[in-house]
This record gives sequence, structure tokens and C-alpha cells, in this order.
Amino acid sequence: MSSTTAAHHDEHHDHPTGIMRWLTTTNHKDIGTMYLTFSLIMFLVGGAMILAVRAELFQPGLQLMKPEFYNQLIGVHALVMIFAALMPAATGFANWMLPLQIGAPDMALPRLNNWGFWLLPPAAILLTLPFTLALFGIGDGAIATGWTFYAPLSIQGGMGVDFAIFSVHLLGVSSVLGSINVIVTILNMRAPGMTLMKMPMFAWAWLVTAFLLIATIPVLAGAVTMLLTDRHFGTHFFDAAGGGDPILFQHLFWFFGHPEVYIVLLPIWGFMPQILQTFSRKPMYGYKAQVVSLWAIGALALVVWAHHFFTVGMPVPALLYFMYSTMAISLPLAVLFFCWIATIWKGSLSFETPMLFATGWIVLFGIGGLTGLVLADVAADAQYHHSYFVVAHFHYTLFAGGMMGVMSGVYYWLPKMTGHMFNERLGKLHFWLTAISFNLTFIPQFFLGLAGMPRRIPDYALQFAEFNAISTVAAFVLGLSQLIFVYNIVSCARGGKKATDRVWEGAEGLEWTLPSPPPYHSFTEQPIVK
Amino acid sequence: MSSTHNANHYYVPNPVAYPVILSAGLLTLASGFIFNINNFPAGKGMMIAGALVILGMIFKWMGSVIAECQNGLYTKWEDKSFRVGMIVFICSEVAFFAAFFGALFFMRVISIPELASFDPQFTMYKDFVASWPSAGPGGVVLGKEYVVGHLNPMEAWGLPAINTLILLTSGATVTWAHWGLLKNNRKQLVIGLFLTVALGIAFLACQAVEYHHAYTEMGLTLGSGAYGASFFMLTGFHGFHVMLGTLMLIVILLRSMRGHFDADQHFGFEGVAWYWHFVDVVWLGLFVFVYWL
Repeated sequence: MSSTTAAHHDEHHDHPTGIMRWLTTTNHKDIGTMYLTFSLIMFLVGGAMILAVRAELFQPGLQLMKPEFYNQLIGVHALVMIFAALMPAATGFANWMLPLQIGAPDMALPRLNNWGFWLLPPAAILLTLPFTLALFGIGDGAIATGWTFYAPLSIQGGMGVDFAIFSVHLLGVSSVLGSINVIVTILNMRAPGMTLMKMPMFAWAWLVTAFLLIATIPVLAGAVTMLLTDRHFGTHFFDAAGGGDPILFQHLFWFFGHPEVYIVLLPIWGFMPQILQTFSRKPMYGYKAQVVSLWAIGALALVVWAHHFFTVGMPVPALLYFMYSTMAISLPLAVLFFCWIATIWKGSLSFETPMLFATGWIVLFGIGGLTGLVLADVAADAQYHHSYFVVAHFHYTLFAGGMMGVMSGVYYWLPKMTGHMFNERLGKLHFWLTAISFNLTFIPQFFLGLAGMPRRIPDYALQFAEFNAISTVAAFVLGLSQLIFVYNIVSCARGGKKATDRVWEGAEGLEWTLPSPPPYHSFTEQPIVK
Repeated sequence: MSSTHNANHYYVPNPVAYPVILSAGLLTLASGFIFNINNFPAGKGMMIAGALVILGMIFKWMGSVIAECQNGLYTKWEDKSFRVGMIVFICSEVAFFAAFFGALFFMRVISIPELASFDPQFTMYKDFVASWPSAGPGGVVLGKEYVVGHLNPMEAWGLPAINTLILLTSGATVTWAHWGLLKNNRKQLVIGLFLTVALGIAFLACQAVEYHHAYTEMGLTLGSGAYGASFFMLTGFHGFHVMLGTLMLIVILLRSMRGHFDADQHFGFEGVAWYWHFVDVVWLGLFVFVYWL
């Protein structure tokens, strides 16, 4: 798409400076920056937690921590990474880039946008406060049930569960507000001439994401509310003595939990084709097919949840239904994979850091998807369930498919956001260290799972020692190499070679018609898209 | 893009501190609530402080929105944002109620029949017979007696039927008020809204009487097994939404009396009316699946 008029005025408003600028801002770029910064900080916090876990797993036996604390660390690690690192990263990109990509003056509901962000720090405080309170003898630490809150464990748990419940409530409100804003922005703020089928893929993907959030986050809110009343107000939703059922919680949780995977990944599937086409210097392949596939995945995501607990005891017809519907997701997903590969097919490729991450992402996310297909098989899942195979699988989807995708997006848009080029050599070093140490961390976990090592256990049998040692060493390399990422971002924000408007030779789209960095208020007069 | 909107300028509000203070209030309220239910004395004070901050911020925030509206800062373009946003918000509310309806159906159709179907050799609930409404196989104390399994439900064709009539009528009165607004008939608008508010309060009063009856005479509580939990959580959350809707209607009524809104632009009115219809529809679901069937 091309624009003829990209008028931009840097109007001078009296906006507050210093900390008040960030507390009170209604500007989509400021809010996007806050989301992305928050995401990066929480990524490091969640990473530090899991490095402590990996250190404990370096050897068999209990060396560093009590099992109770181990349980708290893995649960909070997952909640932090999913809700406070991955989801805010996607929302940060949406805030920064959607208005620029569709030629809008800002997000449609700027005050709500500010509130959506400022619900996140309180949620993070609620999630992690119990660790601190326990040091002062208040309560017994953070939630120790894993991120899934399964009843009856979560009903028996301590005060940390209550904190996690309210943290989820705040995160949920934030997500719903963010989704409302994204949907309204996409439907109402597009530049004249930008029909739905001319929208950037990122906008389409976020539209599906927002649809999934609106459909599922309130169900999670309902589920944890029932948990709260079961814990403190005498209801029996998840208690068989009153006619309830612990498995009901699993249904409610995974009705949210499975779409959540796509909520995290869809925004990445949106901008990844844009990155691939930029560095292939040819238009993305199969725009319509990708749009249809995104919606197909969004729809299927809502009807496959029970494959997360095949082993819990369900009637055979239910098992078959959930197996086939899960496998059906691989069809639209395969269409997306073919489109991504066809986009780079016979292109004039160059491998700057974003493209390195993008191509690495296709391969590694592919492994995550294919191992998911294995787990979707009811008969096979009985072997793999609750083993390290599952851990390795979802880290291939959520770290490689999620985080590495986010990193690709960060490197792609960082020059646009800051106006400076980042250090390309450090970026490439970051990629290779991340990709290699990631595989060295998680390939051993596939083998551990196949050999029968259960997840969520701080100790293990002697035969698993070597693979665990390799995994721990690699995890530390993986964790430490993220410091390069942080350094690169910070130094890029502070200075460096000036970035051009287009930044990348093959970049297409409205955001590249603006200066780097774009003015504080961009597209106050909307461009006309032909 | 439609050609109707004013392509020149979209209103982007100035920086504002209400949202971040509101979040701080929510953090205080939530932590206070957690401390309170875990028997720490500091909880109550924190809850009150948090709730006051939240109320104050909602008041200020909504006040500035109304002022912007009266100052003519919103055109058709902003108006459409509000409309789409409200529709999406109501969809999310539907999903919230769906979770509780889902729990009701699951317990009624799956878990209770299953609990009654086990081989007596392998279950601790040997004499449990599946039925609805059920207190579950473990038994609960209802008033003065101990009940296992079947319990007496709340009768549908008493107060609940009257409440259905009240809410359906209130849906009609709010629409009648809307017609008044469209015809520039201010009197019809105000009377219609006043009747709607009165009906909303009447509904809440009936609901309070019903809860009192349930707790004191029937012994039916939140702890009365699957039926008690689903009954009180569904009707309770619905009642909470009716209360919010009534408060919103009162705001709209006061605004109408001050001459706000005109036949062309009145999103504030319509947003509240949509919300009220949503609450109405949820009640119909409740009446059919919680009370009647």
C-alpha cells in the first residue's frame, strides 16, 4: 500500500515532564514504550526465577531450596512470563505500531489505554508481594500450584493463591481494556482508503487476538472467582461433596488457557510476515490465505481446550473429538507456515538481526508446533503427559515461537522507535547465543520427558543427571545472553547511527513513511491510502 | 473508511492522572480484601481507603468525560469509537456470565449424575441419588436439618416471576424514554428514565427479600452445595450488575433533567440503555435455567 499524504505535525502540547509524563500520558507511543519496558523488566524477573529453578535441578537431590519454594518459583515464573512479559510485549507493539500502520492519530480510547497499562504494575506487585511478605512471617509465600491453579491444590493453598487470584483479575481487566481499544482502533481509525483487506497483517492478527481475549479472559476471571469463593465463602464449585467437580476447574481454566497460547502467538504471526517480506524484498505470499487462516485458528482455539487434560478421565467420544479438533488446527497453521516460507522463497534475502530471528523463529516454532501434534494424539499423550516432553514442547512454542518472535519485532522496529540503529554485531551475537543455548536447554528436556522424568519436581532419579546438567548450563548461557539484548536496546535508545525513515531497504507500510523516530503526534491528518 | 466522519481531527485527551490513581486504589482494595479474608486486622482499613479512592476517581473521570461531551469535543468519529467499545465491553460481560452458566450446566448435567453413578463398592457416597436441585452427596445443613442430595429450590413463580415482569417492563420504559429523546420530547425522556430507575430499585428490593427468605427461612446459603453456589453466584453477580446499571441510569436521568443529550448525539444514554438490555437478557437466562427448569 502507498500513501500520498503523510502529513505530520509535532504540535506543542503542554504535557508534563519527568515521572508525571509517564504516569499521566495518553499518547500511544509513550504507552507502547511503557508496555515494552515493563515486558523487558518482567522477562528478566521471570528469567531469574527459572535460573534459580535450573540451578536446583543441576544435580539430583535438594541443594538450594525447599520443595515449597521451588513450587512457588515455577508457578510465578510461568505467570510472569505469560502475563507480564509476553502479553505486554504484544500490547506494546500494538500501541506503538497499529496507529502508525493504519494511519491513525492515536489509539481510539487514549485514557483507557493509560489505565490498561497502569493496571499491570499493581498486578505484578500482587503476584510477587507474597515472596516479600513471607520474609516478614506473613503468609507462606507465593502461589505454589503452578500457573494453572488446579483445584483442589489451589483451594488448600495459602494466602499466595488469593494474591494470584486478584493479580489475575487486574491482568484480566487490563487485557479486556487493551482488546477493546485495539478493536475500536482497527475498526474506526483506519486511514481513508485502507479497506480491511488492505490492512497490514499485524492489524488482522491483533483483531483475532482481541476477539480471543474478549471471549476467554472473562471466563478465567469467573473461574478464579469461583476458586476464591470455594476457598473463603463456602461454595462447592470444585468440591465433589457438594456436587461440584475439580475437573470443572480444568475445563474453565483451559477454555481460557488454550486460546491464551494463540493470544500470545497471534500478534507475532501478524508482524512476522511483514519482517519476512522486508528482508526478502518481495510482497508477502498469500495475504488472503493468511487472513482466513488466522481467523480459522482463532475459531478453532475456542473448541479444543480439553486436550490439556486427556489423562484426567473423559469419555472416549470426548477424547476423540478433542483430539481431532486439535489436529485440525495444524491445517490453518500449516497454511501460515507455507505462506511464510513462500514469502522468502526466491527473494533477495539479507540477514540482518531481525531476519535472523525471523528465520530461526520459523524453524524453532515449527518444532514447537510439530511436537504439539504429537501431544494432541490421545494414545501418545498418555505417555508424555506431565513429563518434561511437555515442558520442552511449550518452551519451543512460547520461548522460540513467542519470545524470539518478540525479539525479532524489537530489532525490526527499534530503529523506528528510537531513531537510532542498534549494534548489528551485538544483535547477531545475541541471536546465535540465544538460538544455540535455547536448543541446548530444551532438546535434552525432550529426551528427559521421553525417558519418563516428570515435570514440577525439584528432585529426580540419578539416570536423568547428565541431561539436566547440560540443560542447566545452557539455560544460564541463555539467560546471560539476554543481557546483550538489554544492553543493545539501552544503548540504541541513547544514541547511535541515525536511522533513515525507511530504516530497512525493503520495508513497506505507512509506519516507514514517517521520520525515525516519528513525531510525538503522528497522522493528526490522516493519509489517504490508495 | 466511511466518508461521514470528520477526517480532520480526532479528539485525543490531555494527560490525566485518574487512571493511575484508580489503579492504586484497586491495588489497595484488592490487598485489603486479601488481608481481610486471611484474618489480618489491617485489611478493613485498606479496603475502605481503596474503595474511596476508586469511587472518587470514577466520579472525577466520568465528570471530565461529561464535561468534554458538553463542550462539543466529540464528533461522530469519537462517537463511533464509544459505540464499538461499549459493544465489545458487553460481549466481555457475556463471556463472564457464560463461565458461571457453564459451571451450572456442568454440575447439573455431568458431575452430579456421575457422582451418583459410581459402583457402591468404590464410592463413599453409596446412597446418593442424582437430582436437581442438589446439595451434593456430602450433605449440608439447611436451617436446622441435615440434607443429602435433593433440596427444595427457590420457587420460580413467586417473586422471581414478578422480577421478570419488572425487568421486562423496565426494558420497555427505557426504550420509551429513548423514543422521547429522538422526538425531542424531554418530558417523556425524563419520565421514562425515572420509571426505569424505579423499576431497577424495585427489582433489587425484591431480590433482597428473596435472599432474606433464602437465608433465614429456607436455610439456603452459598454453602448449600452445587445448587446454593450456582444460585447465589449467578443471581448475585446479576444483582450487582443491576445495581451498577441503576446507578448509571440515575446519572443519565440527572443529565437528562439538566438538558444534556439531543436527538442527534446521545451515546451516554444509549450506552446505558444497551447495558440495561444486556442485564435484562441475562436475567431471562437466569429465570429459565436457575429458577424455572
